Amino acid sequence: MSTSTKSHSEPAVYVYEAPVRIWHWINALAIIVLCITGYFIGSPPPTMPGEASDNFLMGYIRFAHFAAAYIFIIGFLGRIYWAFVGNSHARQIFFPPIFSGEFWDGVFHEAKWYLFIAKEPRKYTGHNPMAVIFMHIMLVWGTIFMIFTGLALYGEGAGYDSWQYTYFSGWIIPLFGQSQDVHTFHHLVMWVLILFIIMHVYVAIREDIMSRQSLVSTMISGWRTFKDKRDVDDGH
Amino acid sequence: MVETFYDVMRRQGITRRSFLKFCGLTAAAMGLSPAYAGKIAHAMETKPRIPVLWLHGLECTCCSESFIRSAHPLAKDVILSMISLDYDDTIMAAAGHQAEAIIEETIEKYDGNYILACEGNPGLEQEHTGGMSCIIAGKPFTEQLRHAAKHAKAIISWGSCASWGCVQAASPNPTGATPIHKVPDLGNAPIIKVPGCPPIAEVMTAVITYILTFEKLPSLDRQGRPKMFYSQRIHDKCYRRPHFDAGQFVEKWDDEAARKGYCLYKMGCKGPTTYNACSTIRWNGGLSFPIQAGHPCIGCSEDGFWDKGGFYNRLTSIHQFGVEENADEVGIAAATVVGGAVAVHAAVSALKRTQSKGDQE
Ligand code: HEM
Ligand code: HEM
Ligand code: SF4
Ligand code: SF4
Repeated sequence: MSTSTKSHSEPAVYVYEAPVRIWHWINALAIIVLCITGYFIGSPPPTMPGEASDNFLMGYIRFAHFAAAYIFIIGFLGRIYWAFVGNSHARQIFFPPIFSGEFWDGVFHEAKWYLFIAKEPRKYTGHNPMAVIFMHIMLVWGTIFMIFTGLALYGEGAGYDSWQYTYFSGWIIPLFGQSQDVHTFHHLVMWVLILFIIMHVYVAIREDIMSRQSLVSTMISGWRTFKDKRDVDDGH
Repeated sequence: MVETFYDVMRRQGITRRSFLKFCGLTAAAMGLSPAYAGKIAHAMETKPRIPVLWLHGLECTCCSESFIRSAHPLAKDVILSMISLDYDDTIMAAAGHQAEAIIEETIEKYDGNYILACEGNPGLEQEHTGGMSCIIAGKPFTEQLRHAAKHAKAIISWGSCASWGCVQAASPNPTGATPIHKVPDLGNAPIIKVPGCPPIAEVMTAVITYILTFEKLPSLDRQGRPKMFYSQRIHDKCYRRPHFDAGQFVEKWDDEAARKGYCLYKMGCKGPTTYNACSTIRWNGGLSFPIQAGHPCIGCSEDGFWDKGGFYNRLTSIHQFGVEENADEVGIAAATVVGGAVAVHAAVSALKRTQSKGDQE
C-alpha cells in the first residue's frame, strides 16, 4: 500500500468523525471520575463529623462511581457500534492488523523513533501502529475488564435477582475465587488505566509537537493536518 | 413403626412446648412464614428420621461446638438428638471398635439414604508422599470419607474446612488439605456447602430440617451454598451500614468513632465481600455478632480468607510481587516508574528537538 503513489496535496483529511471525538472526551472524563471515586471507595476520606443521618459521603462517592460507570459502559457500547458503521479509522483500535508484516514494521519503526534511533517518524492519517497496539491492549481490553468486573461487583449490591448478578456476578466471582479477589483485580486494572493515561497524554502532546501530523486538534475538530507534503505511510 | 425425629426428642425428655419453639425458630431462620412452623412440626412428627453420619477430618471442631450451642437452650437438645444417634466421634457415647462398627452398620442399613455431614477435610498429600496425617481407626481419613460418601444421599460440607479448605489449607498447605468438592473419587452424591468458621448453628440445623421437611435439598447458588442463607453479604444487612454510607469510620482501635459504633471498613472489615447470615441471624441466639461486638468481619465463610493478607487491612495483599503489597502500592510504584520515564523522555525529546533545530539553521 505504501508503495503505491498517491498525491497528498490536500492540506487536511477528515479522520475522526464526531461520534469518535465525542466518545473520546466523554470517556476520558468518565475514566477520571471513576479513578478518583474508585480510589476513595478503596481508601475512604477521613471520618465525617456529626450524625449519620446528616451525612452521605460514601453514598455520593459510590453514586458518582456508578453514574460514571454507566456513562462509560454505554459510551463504549456506542463506540463499538460506531466501529461498524463509521469510517475505517473508527475500527483501528479494535482490530490491530497483527498478521500484517507492514504493521509490525511500523510498530518497530515507531519504537525506534521513541528510542531516538530513527531520525524521523512515519506519517500517518490514522493512528500510528504503536498507538493502535497500545490502545488496543491497555485501553480496549482494560475497558472490557473494568466493565465486566465492575458489573460483577455492582450485582453483589443489586442482589440475586438483578440482571447484573445473573449475567456478571454469578460467574465472574467464582472465576476469580471470591468477591475480594474481584475487588483486588478491579483495583489493579485501575492502575493499568492510569499508566495508559500518563503515557497517552504525554505521547499525544509530544507527537503534536514532534511528529509530521496534527494530533490534539485532530481529536477536537476531526481534521488531520500535515506538516510536510510527502506521502503518508498508511496509504489512505 | 418408623422412628421420627419427634419420637427421638420425646424419648430424650424434650417437651412438646420446646419442640414447637424449635420449629418456629427454624422457620424464621429459613425466612419462611410462620405457617411453615406447623409444616416443619408435622414433618418431624411423621417422617422417618434422617440418619446422619458426622465425620471429622482435619478440623478444629468449631463446627460441632457451634452446632451444640444452637440458639435456644432447649433447641440445643433437640438438635443434639437429631445427630448424635448415628455417628459423630466427638459427641457420641460409643468409642473405639464399637464406634467404627456403627459407621458400617449405618451404611448398610441406610444405603443411599443417609446424610454424610463432613466437618473438616482430608489431607491428600499422604497419597502422594506417604506422609501421615489424620488417621482414624488405623486408616487415613480419606478412605473413610470416600467409603461413606459413595453410599450417601447427600453430603453436607460443614464449615469453611470442608467447603473451602480453611486454615489447614493455607499456603504452603503441608498436608494437602483439600475441600470435599475437590476430593477425587467421591462418588456422585450432591454436596451442600455450609461455610463459616464455624457456620451459624441455626443455619446448620435449618439445613437438616429443610431436607427433612421438604424432602429435597435446599436450592443452592453457583458455588453450592444454600441460597436462603448465603445470598447476601454481611455488608448488605449490617446495622452499621448507615455509618458506611455517611462516611463515618473507625480509624483506629478505641478512638471516639469506635466507641460510637461507626463502620469498621477501614479496620479491614470484610463484610462487603462476605456472604453469610451473621448480620441477620446473628450468633448465640441472635444476641450479637462480631461486628456488633466491635470487631471487623474477617470473611470466615469465604474461600481463601486465610491467605489474603491481614485481617485488619482493607486492601488485599498481593503476594505475586515478592513483597506483600496491595493494589495501590503496586500501582503507585508502577506510576512512579512510568511517570519518571515520561519525564526523562520528555527532557531528552526537548533536547533533541533543540539540537535538530540548531542543525537546520
Ligand atoms: C482518561 C483519559 C484518556 C483516555 C482514556 C483516552 C483514550 C483515547 C483513545 C481510546 C483514543 C483512540 C480514539 C479512537 O480511535 O477511537 C485516543 C486518541 C487520542 N487522544 Fe486520548 N484519551 C484520554 C485523554 C486524552 C487527553 C487529555 C488528550 C489531550 C492531550 C488526548 C489526546 C488524544 C489524541 C490527540 C488522540 C488521537 C491520537 C491520534 O490521532 O493518533 N487524550 N485517546
Ligand atoms: C475506568 C473504570 C473504573 C475504574 C478505574 C474503577 C475503579 C474502582 C476502584 C479502585 C474500586 C475500589 C476497589 C476496592 O474495593 O479496592 C472500585 C469499586 C467498584 N467499582 Fe469500579 N472502576 C471502574 C469501572 C467500573 C464500572 C464500569 C463499574 C460498573 C458498574 C464499577 C463498579 C464498581 C463497584 C460496584 C465497586 C464496589 C463499590 C463498593 O464496594 O462499595 N466500576 N472501582
Ligand atoms: S462494619 Fe463492615 S459490614 Fe458493617 S457496614 Fe461497615 S464495612 Fe459493611
Ligand atoms: S462476621 Fe464475618 S468473620 Fe465473623 S462469623 Fe460472620 S462471616 Fe465469619
